Amino acid sequence: MTEIYPHKIESKDVNLYYGNFHALKGISLSVEKNTVCALIGPSGCGKSTFLRLFNRMNDLIDDIKIEGECLIDGKNIYSKEVKIDELRKRVGMVFQKPNPFPKSIFENVAYGLRVNGISHKTLIEERVERSLKQAALWDEVKDKLKKSAMQLSGGQQQRLCIARALAIEPSVVLMDEPASALDPISTSKIEELIYELKSQYTIIIVTHNMQQAGRVSDSTAFFYMGELIEYDLTKKLFTNPSDTRTQDYITGRFG
Amino acid sequence: MDIPIAKLYRDWNSFSILGFIMYKGIGVISWEFISEMPKDGMTKGGIYPAIIGTFCLIGGSILFAFPIGVMSAIYINEYTKHGYFRSFIQLMTSNLAGIPSIVFGLFGMSLFVNQLGFGDSILAGSLTLGLLVLPIVIRTTEEALKAVDDNFRQASLALGATKLQTIQRVTLPIALPNILTGLILSIGRVSGETAPILFTVAAYFLPKLPSSIFDQVMALPYHLYVISTSGTNINDSRAMAYGTALVLILIVLILNLTASAVRRYLSKKNNIN
Repeated sequence: MTEIYPHKIESKDVNLYYGNFHALKGISLSVEKNTVCALIGPSGCGKSTFLRLFNRMNDLIDDIKIEGECLIDGKNIYSKEVKIDELRKRVGMVFQKPNPFPKSIFENVAYGLRVNGISHKTLIEERVERSLKQAALWDEVKDKLKKSAMQLSGGQQQRLCIARALAIEPSVVLMDEPASALDPISTSKIEELIYELKSQYTIIIVTHNMQQAGRVSDSTAFFYMGELIEYDLTKKLFTNPSDTRTQDYITGRFG
Repeated sequence: MDIPIAKLYRDWNSFSILGFIMYKGIGVISWEFISEMPKDGMTKGGIYPAIIGTFCLIGGSILFAFPIGVMSAIYINEYTKHGYFRSFIQLMTSNLAGIPSIVFGLFGMSLFVNQLGFGDSILAGSLTLGLLVLPIVIRTTEEALKAVDDNFRQASLALGATKLQTIQRVTLPIALPNILTGLILSIGRVSGETAPILFTVAAYFLPKLPSSIFDQVMALPYHLYVISTSGTNINDSRAMAYGTALVLILIVLILNLTASAVRRYLSKKNNIN
């Protein structure tokens, strides 16, 4: 495939301030198409804030200032002509805590389609089924699509949230510690899923779990105190980090 | 330890009042009492027009106060940022709730009855009562919206929904059971208020049903006031007064029970708790 732009996602010298607090300090990073990029670092290092740059969820916070450029497919998503809800249709997000709506399983997945003006019944049904299959949840819920999503287990709810994000056919999926609230079995299901999804989506995942970053990601970025300390292929970063702070963090000496 | 005693005292109090009215009023209540016009200087007959009048005023004031109140609360909670402006609106809402109801009555008379020329009418009375309960609706709706987990809003926005879509499809349905609490409180308040309807709608004696919103009506609380203080023969109408009080209490009770049943049904459907 000939790509005019070599990188799917790119940030160029991004600075972000919460009021007077300088939360992201000159971050430049690029993620290749159809790869998984893991963001690691201690709490409060700015990795979640960085993730939320790409669907502009940070915009919801009062008193925030963002400098620099964030590009998806070569286009700056912070330029004036970008409509935020259009952007968010292309960039799906899965949150730390499973947050299905108090609606039926079917309606949860169909929600993104409905708000985007799709009302064709069979089209919605097809998309819901396909998304649930992609999220490896279809077999467990196909007989109870009309039941409330709140009755599902935590792990099922999180996969439902993934299906919900996939239904609107984004090209990028952002995951904010998607497995941190789940048990080991659900976690491994989510990880397998991420591995499967990589062929169709570009994924950025924030994780506290070093083994998880090692298992699922192609590249890993280590954040510390709002700075990007090191960004490299996951194999390289975990076996032979070039910065001592990265070394200390991944060996568990702090954080 | 004094809290349970206070609670016991309060419960006993309300039960004793209810029991007393029940005891005095139950003998008066019959099909004639609730379906016939008052007769013989309001010492005989029924209170049918007052019941209908009260229902008209409940309906009219809720129709006015509920949409405006809910929309105001949505504006305050979902659209304004934290800061002076929001605090200012909230302070003014609290002030509105603290105004004595007779002041609402006089305000309603001068604005709706005289200035706008509605005359003594259901419309003027409903608007006045609507103003009275507006702060209750706003406050409870605001609390209901505040109680909606922000995660739901974020999930919706992250799927490309606009703010309006998020409010319509996610926030409001989740908040609805709690918003209904505001409705319940408003109904209770509206049906019992006398001062706001005194100069705006209530008729001393009007043995016919209203045919338009510009008609006057009788209303239960005002009727109660009339037959127990300034009626033609207070001693003869005493039993009627107890019966009227009981009917008023029962109406409020039934409306409240219905609303809380709907509320329970909706929260079960949401299945959040």
